[in-house]
Amino acid sequence: MSETQQITKLGMPKWGLSMTEGTVVQWLVEEGTELSSGDEVIEVESEKINNAVETPAAGVLRRRVAEEGDVIPVGGILGVIAPPDVSDEDIDSYVEEFQANFDPEEAAEEAGGPEPEKVEVGGTQIQYLKVGEGEGPPIVLLHGFGGDINIWVFNQEALAAEHTVYALDLPGHGGSTKDVGEGDLDSFVEVVADFLDEMGVERAHLVGHSMGGGIAGSFALAHPDRVASLVLVASAGLGEEINDDYIEGFIAANRRKEMKNVLGMLFADPDLVNRQLIQDVMKFKRMDGVDEALRAVADKVFPDGKQADVPDLSGVEVPILAIWGREDNIVPHSHAENLPEHARVEVLDDTGHMPQMEAAGKVNRLIGDSLDGSGS
Amino acid sequence: MARTISFMQAINEALAQEMERDETVVVFGEDNVGGAGSPGEMDAWGGVMGVTKGLYGKFPERTLDTPISESAFIGAAAGAACSGLRPVAELMFVDFFGVCMDQIYNQAAKFRYMFGGKAKTPMVIRTMFGAGIRAASQHSQSLYPIFTHIPGLKVVVPSNPYDAKGLLISSIRDDDPVIFFENKVLYAVEGDVPEEPYTVPLGEAEFVREGDDVTIVAVGRMVQMAEQAAEQLADDGIECEIVDPRTTSPLDEDTIYESVENTGRLVVVDEANPRCGFATDVVALVSQNCFEDLKAAPKMVTAPHTPPPFSPALEDLYVPDAERVAKAVKETVGQGVAS
Repeated sequence: MSETQQITKLGMPKWGLSMTEGTVVQWLVEEGTELSSGDEVIEVESEKINNAVETPAAGVLRRRVAEEGDVIPVGGILGVIAPPDVSDEDIDSYVEEFQANFDPEEAAEEAGGPEPEKVEVGGTQIQYLKVGEGEGPPIVLLHGFGGDINIWVFNQEALAAEHTVYALDLPGHGGSTKDVGEGDLDSFVEVVADFLDEMGVERAHLVGHSMGGGIAGSFALAHPDRVASLVLVASAGLGEEINDDYIEGFIAANRRKEMKNVLGMLFADPDLVNRQLIQDVMKFKRMDGVDEALRAVADKVFPDGKQADVPDLSGVEVPILAIWGREDNIVPHSHAENLPEHARVEVLDDTGHMPQMEAAGKVNRLIGDSLDGSGS
Repeated sequence: MARTISFMQAINEALAQEMERDETVVVFGEDNVGGAGSPGEMDAWGGVMGVTKGLYGKFPERTLDTPISESAFIGAAAGAACSGLRPVAELMFVDFFGVCMDQIYNQAAKFRYMFGGKAKTPMVIRTMFGAGIRAASQHSQSLYPIFTHIPGLKVVVPSNPYDAKGLLISSIRDDDPVIFFENKVLYAVEGDVPEEPYTVPLGEAEFVREGDDVTIVAVGRMVQMAEQAAEQLADDGIECEIVDPRTTSPLDEDTIYESVENTGRLVVVDEANPRCGFATDVVALVSQNCFEDLKAAPKMVTAPHTPPPFSPALEDLYVPDAERVAKAVKETVGQGVAS
């Protein structure tokens, strides 16, 4: 029994509500490799995007159970991690026993998790997803221009291990009301404040991506007592520069192929943009009112190809973590220089404008560490 | 967020939302209300299958019953479209088009062209098609190729509830005459459909499934058959890519070519009769434009060149099924140049 406890399953993760299975793209390490926590072990393709699965425990990769090309249900076994002194027989019987008892439907149900909900906030319907129950201030995830709660698909669950995590769709985006009101950063700040009121959240860690980072920064200035810390991911609001080809291209694209080129700008590796991702974005774009909403926001937040709101964050005293991709084609990582001195800046190699997707494991660890450091 | 409704409910919702949004949208056809002249039962039918049920209650001024005279009410739709309304007329079964074809192909389809672009004809004809409900030769045909043949008409053949709603909204907002084909066997099929209005563009195909070995092109109910076949074939190690053009006119040729360039093999599944049809058209286009990519002769899986039979046993053989699709796929894989 003691040996079994040392054996850890490397399981098929669940990235997002609709994922029921994943395809093994390739193993990244050989059997027998010594792994430390956070090491990437295997690359998996979900219907939306490829991502690496990290080892859930330190130990040796004793067995590759799944082969490249296999389709494995969520919760199914990919490999086995155990200390070197566990015998091969014990590993074999662990795998056998797992396979004999594994019920994909039951596993899918267990992995099902919460579904997005809607709440009325000052006349605006806001869709949000709440995951986890933690002590201390919750984490609130704010997407950027044209995004929605799904951009956090690799992060929300991981962060929810120790915190309550809300992701919300801003007005004009995802499943929220398409009317954006003023459509500037300040109007979004007020929606977020009203949303927190509605959720009964006094203070929160704000994690903002791109335009969502601009909103988080502005929020910290407008409501300093309500922010526990700021995490700014490839953040807008720190300089004037913005890739207008992306903003205008995203609004203009009404065909799948145009959108593929536009979305390709977001990633260091444009091949990450697969058909499902494009289709999901097109489904959003084709909702009544969305193009008008995006136009209105772009005119306010990015007029004339520049960022309109570059708030001065020098007065922000809470901890700030900025995460940037070195190959960000949308907002240059040099904008991190404009952060206050106490901010911690992490620039990730081989990563574009979507570090939370392209380098999800690293980003999750950085955010987790920074929250631990901020005393919550 | 996700909400599941049927193909039929998706069509009903598209009609209701467009009538709500635009007061020039009018809906009429035989029994669309369901009881003109019979008070108390005014909303009893909502069309022969109940697709328009409930519209009369919400929009009594704009939901109308017509006499059993297709030539009259389809002609009225063409006229109304030219003079400021957006009519959605229901031709109960497409098999009845013979009595109103002049209004469609020689009038509505040509207004924009013959009047130098000054006239627009934003008319939709919704119509049922397809075999499988034991309705015999005169109510079971798949006649979309006939309409696809005529310049000036757009032809829509949705395969699932999401597309049905978005394509119908696009059709109603389109300024050209659109023939909207509803496979009656699909009415009960359920799927995720957003509550809000949205569009699916006319002329953009969808990848229903990705695969590298064989491209299957299918529309309407045949997409289901292709999906079932692809499931079976995956067990044999054959990965099919399914392309659903969603509209036969305009046809998204580029997406079909993109897929065939990758797979080198093509099977077209078409519920219509085989001669001068949708399948022959796609095979001809691919042969002409992707010849160098082809590793095997393209295959067609269609109904035979006969009217739909009344005998249930024969009708079941008439409609292409997953077995026949799988067989055709295997034949294309088994022949030709090794990859």
